[in-house]
Amino acid sequence: MKKVTARIYTFLIFLFLYAPIFVLIVFSFNDSETASRTVWGGFSLRWYQKLFEDRLILEALRNTLLIAVVSAVASTVLGTMAAIGINSMKRLPRRIMMNITNFPMVNPEIVTGVSLMLLFVSAVRLFGGRSLGMGSLFAAHITFCLPYVILSVLPKLRQMDSNLYEAAQDLGCPPVKAFFKVVLPEIMPGIVTGMIMAFTLSIDDFVISYFTSGTTQTLPIYIYSMTRKRISPEINALSTVLFAVVMVLLIIINVRNFKDQNKSRKGEAAV
Amino acid sequence: MTKRYFGTFCLALSLMLVPAQTVFAQNLAEGEAAPDRGVTINVYNWGEYIANGTDDSLDINAEFTRRTGIRVNYTTFDSNEALYSKLAGGGADYDVIIPSDYMVSKFINENMLAELDFSNIPNFQYIDEQFRDPEYDPGSRYSVPYTWGLVGLFYNTDYIDEEITSWTSLWDDRYAGKILMFDNPRDSFAIAQFVLGQSVNTTDENDWAEAAALLKQQKPLVQAYVMDRIFDKMESSEAWIAPYYAGDAAILVENSDNIRFVVPEEGTNFFVDAMCIPITSSHKAEAEEYINFLCDPEIAGANMNYVGYSTPESAAKAYMDEEMVASPIYYPDEEILARTQVFVNLPESTSKLVDRLWAEVKMGGPGESAVLVAIILGFLGVYIAIIISKRRKRQRELA
Repeated sequence: MKKVTARIYTFLIFLFLYAPIFVLIVFSFNDSETASRTVWGGFSLRWYQKLFEDRLILEALRNTLLIAVVSAVASTVLGTMAAIGINSMKRLPRRIMMNITNFPMVNPEIVTGVSLMLLFVSAVRLFGGRSLGMGSLFAAHITFCLPYVILSVLPKLRQMDSNLYEAAQDLGCPPVKAFFKVVLPEIMPGIVTGMIMAFTLSIDDFVISYFTSGTTQTLPIYIYSMTRKRISPEINALSTVLFAVVMVLLIIINVRNFKDQNKSRKGEAAV
Repeated sequence: MTKRYFGTFCLALSLMLVPAQTVFAQNLAEGEAAPDRGVTINVYNWGEYIANGTDDSLDINAEFTRRTGIRVNYTTFDSNEALYSKLAGGGADYDVIIPSDYMVSKFINENMLAELDFSNIPNFQYIDEQFRDPEYDPGSRYSVPYTWGLVGLFYNTDYIDEEITSWTSLWDDRYAGKILMFDNPRDSFAIAQFVLGQSVNTTDENDWAEAAALLKQQKPLVQAYVMDRIFDKMESSEAWIAPYYAGDAAILVENSDNIRFVVPEEGTNFFVDAMCIPITSSHKAEAEEYINFLCDPEIAGANMNYVGYSTPESAAKAYMDEEMVASPIYYPDEEILARTQVFVNLPESTSKLVDRLWAEVKMGGPGESAVLVAIILGFLGVYIAIIISKRRKRQRELA
């Protein structure tokens, strides 16, 4: 009995989480003249066709992905370096540093957005530029992604046995090589998590991009600008494509993990 | 194992970028393309407000680039206010913007627009007489009309038997809970002002207070204050009656048998969206070329077919769908147009008052804000209680 209740409960939770996505996917196949999001008019692929003809959406998508990739990579590199630095600090300065890096996460996005905009505008004026754009978006996205990377790398550094690094050096490994051979593989899961988080945060971001985008348009801003008329089901189609890509990605990762585990288990058994 | 994570991650990224790249390579190659002039103009327009090549429409921006060799960086906004904050914020360098009437006059008042050189815009000759020298831009020195439209009432005849002729139907308690209203102050207040017979540009504080009182009185009957969600709600019969911009909502009437459109007898708001050049533009001549291009009757006609708004150029109608030209939703007769009013920019003090009154209408009276305060205090109380109990626990553990 208890098991049944638990199952129903889990089912309800999943329903609650996935029903909106399911509805979104279903309506991306809706054949409707009025671009309806509530009335079903038969199956069609018209919104997918339209999506791939629509230069504006695709350009916004390209901008968004480009920004996400660049800021994920840049903030991962910077964040990992920062985490290593913070990790080797004494207790008090470390606590101060952590508070400073955590601050942008608790700071309301709109405040971050407006203050970054003011900063960038005055910088642009100072250096004789004409407008905000890709550059300011990169800077803004790297800024707000940084703390998340630091937060996901730091625990891995703490878990790591610091003697390993010293042992490598004892055995004649130069410091830089020891870092790449010993430290980096140990903290890699944290780095990957941080990078994926930075990537998703950057793709998602609306508020900060809205203030710092200048004449460049990202996908969330483009979608928002559709609200005078109506958000076209092309967006449903696009979200479906993105969802499918992420889904396939997760499945691949999980299958590979599973195989890896099996292999190592077999290896252990053989030994 | 982690390397693999990374590899799959990169693979997925490149997969996502592929479709975007291939489509960009595509070009509309009909006839000779003009050589690239190395100039890009930044155009800022409403969302979904230009033909973009989907559904067999003409890709206006691509066509402009093909003919002139000027590239277009085209971006979109959702409201006049968003456009204003972007331009006033100073972080964006736009060459062509398309605000609505009252925002044009606000920009003019604040010296943010460049005076147009009409020798570069010969196609201005096609703009109909009635759209020249508008109230928002006396003498037509700063703006060229792009589209125009009216606000009207849409209603569902399955649920509403009578013929609607007046804005007062939005106050009819037989339709309680099935009424929608605009989610912006200017459009919502205008409806109350038409009912009261005021001018929509009044600067008399009492007028605005009176209109606000009327809106507050209406509030219990209103299902929601919405913008684009009106489409879903009307289509699914979740709501029965709603005001909206004729051009946007005409598609509802065309595609369903039970939704009808009417311009109420008290009159309505007549709006124009017009093309302007910000004073900060660094490519003014190219921007004027763009405006001129959009005024070409053939281009304007092709554009309006897609956008679904009314054109200020009679000459463009020759290139438009006949049904659209004949539709009274797009081109109502003179008698209706005579009853319309145009928004002009309100003085600072009045627009602040309007914002405050609108907030009061939407937030409800002091009664509802008391509930809000109570909720916040409740959360604070729980939070403090948790902190205190944790402290005590810790102290007990220490002891």
